[in-house]
Amino acid sequence: MLAYLVAVWLLLAGLYGVITSRHLVHLVLCLGVMQASTYVLLLAIGWRDGGAAPIYADIPPNTPVVDPVVQALTLTDVVVEATVVAVLLALTVQAHKRFGTSDPDALGALRG
Amino acid sequence: MSARARLVLGLGSLAGLGALLVWAVGGLPDFGHPRGPYADLAPRIMLDERHVANAVTGITFDLRGFDTLGEELILFVAALGAAVLLRALRTEGTIEAAAAYEERRGPGTADALRALGAVLVGPTLLLGIYVVVHGALTPGGGFQGGVLLAGALLLVYAAGQVAAVERVRPVSLVEVADALGAAAYTLVALAGLVFGVAVMDNVLPYGTTGSLLSGGTVPVLSVAVGVEVTAGVTLILSEFVDQMLLRSRRED
Repeated sequence: MLAYLVAVWLLLAGLYGVITSRHLVHLVLCLGVMQASTYVLLLAIGWRDGGAAPIYADIPPNTPVVDPVVQALTLTDVVVEATVVAVLLALTVQAHKRFGTSDPDALGALRG
Repeated sequence: MSARARLVLGLGSLAGLGALLVWAVGGLPDFGHPRGPYADLAPRIMLDERHVANAVTGITFDLRGFDTLGEELILFVAALGAAVLLRALRTEGTIEAAAAYEERRGPGTADALRALGAVLVGPTLLLGIYVVVHGALTPGGGFQGGVLLAGALLLVYAAGQVAAVERVRPVSLVEVADALGAAAYTLVALAGLVFGVAVMDNVLPYGTTGSLLSGGTVPVLSVAVGVEVTAGVTLILSEFVDQMLLRSRRED
C-alpha cells in the first residue's frame, strides 16, 4: 500500500518540478522523476509476500517468486526513459546554442 | 500567463490529480498478492518449456520478444537522433582540434583519480561481458551488460583521458556495431518466420537449464542487444563529451 502511495508522490513531485522549472536540464530530470513513479508502481504490483527473485539459478523450481512479467516491463520502461532523456538533453544543448538560454520561459516564441 | 498564475493553477491541478490517484490506489490489487495468472505461469513456462533460469530475461527475449524488438529499435533511433542533433553545428571547429587542445592544456584531474579510472576499465569490461552472456542464467542480460560496457568508456573519460576517449572510439566502428546489433535482433526475429511458425518463434534447441547456451534464441538475442546497447550508449555519451570539449575550448 505504501509503495503505491510512493509512486503517486513521485509522479506529483516530478510534475511540480516540471511546472515550476526554470532550466531545461532541471525539467528533463523532473520528467525522469515522474517516470520513476512507473517503476515503483510496476514493481509494487508484482511483489509477492515472501517471494524470491524470479531466477531459478539456486532455488528449488517450485519456490514462490515475485511476478517477473512486471519486472521485464520495468526493464523496457528504464530503457525508454534513458533514450528519451538522451534526446531531450541533446535538444537542450541545441536550444542553448541557438537562443543562448536554458530557461523554458524565455523560449516562449517559436522561431525558425 | 504569469509565473504566479501558473503556479496557482499548477498546484490546484496537482491537488486534484493527487486526490484522484490516491482514490485509484484503493482499487489496486492487495500489496504482496499479484493478481492474474501470469505471475505464476510465466516463470513456469520459462523454466519448464524454454529451460531459462532467469525468468525476467526469458520474458524479455522470448514471451515479450516482439516488444523488445520495438524497444531495441527505439534505442537505435534515439542514438541516431541524439547524434544528428548534436552534430548539426560543427561550425565550432573540429572535434580533433578540440581534443588536441584539451590534451595540451594538461590533465585537470588528480593522479589518484586517473590511476583508479585506468585500473577499473578492465574489470568493468569483463563484468559487462559476463553480465551480457549470462543473461539467461543469473541477474543481468543484454541491456544491463551493454550499459556496463559503455560505462567503461565513461571511466576513461572520468580519468581525464579525453584524447584517449577520442582514440578508443572510432565513430564509424561504433555506428556499424549499433546497426549490426539492431540488424541481428531483427534477423533472429525473422528467422522464426523462416524456420518456425511465427516471428520471434524460438527456433534454436533449448539446451540444458543452467548451461551457457540454454534457452534457444534467448542468449543470442541477449548478446545482440548487448552489442546494440553498448554501441548506442557509447555513441550518445561520446557526442555529449564532444559537445563539452567544444564548449570548454570556446570558453577559454
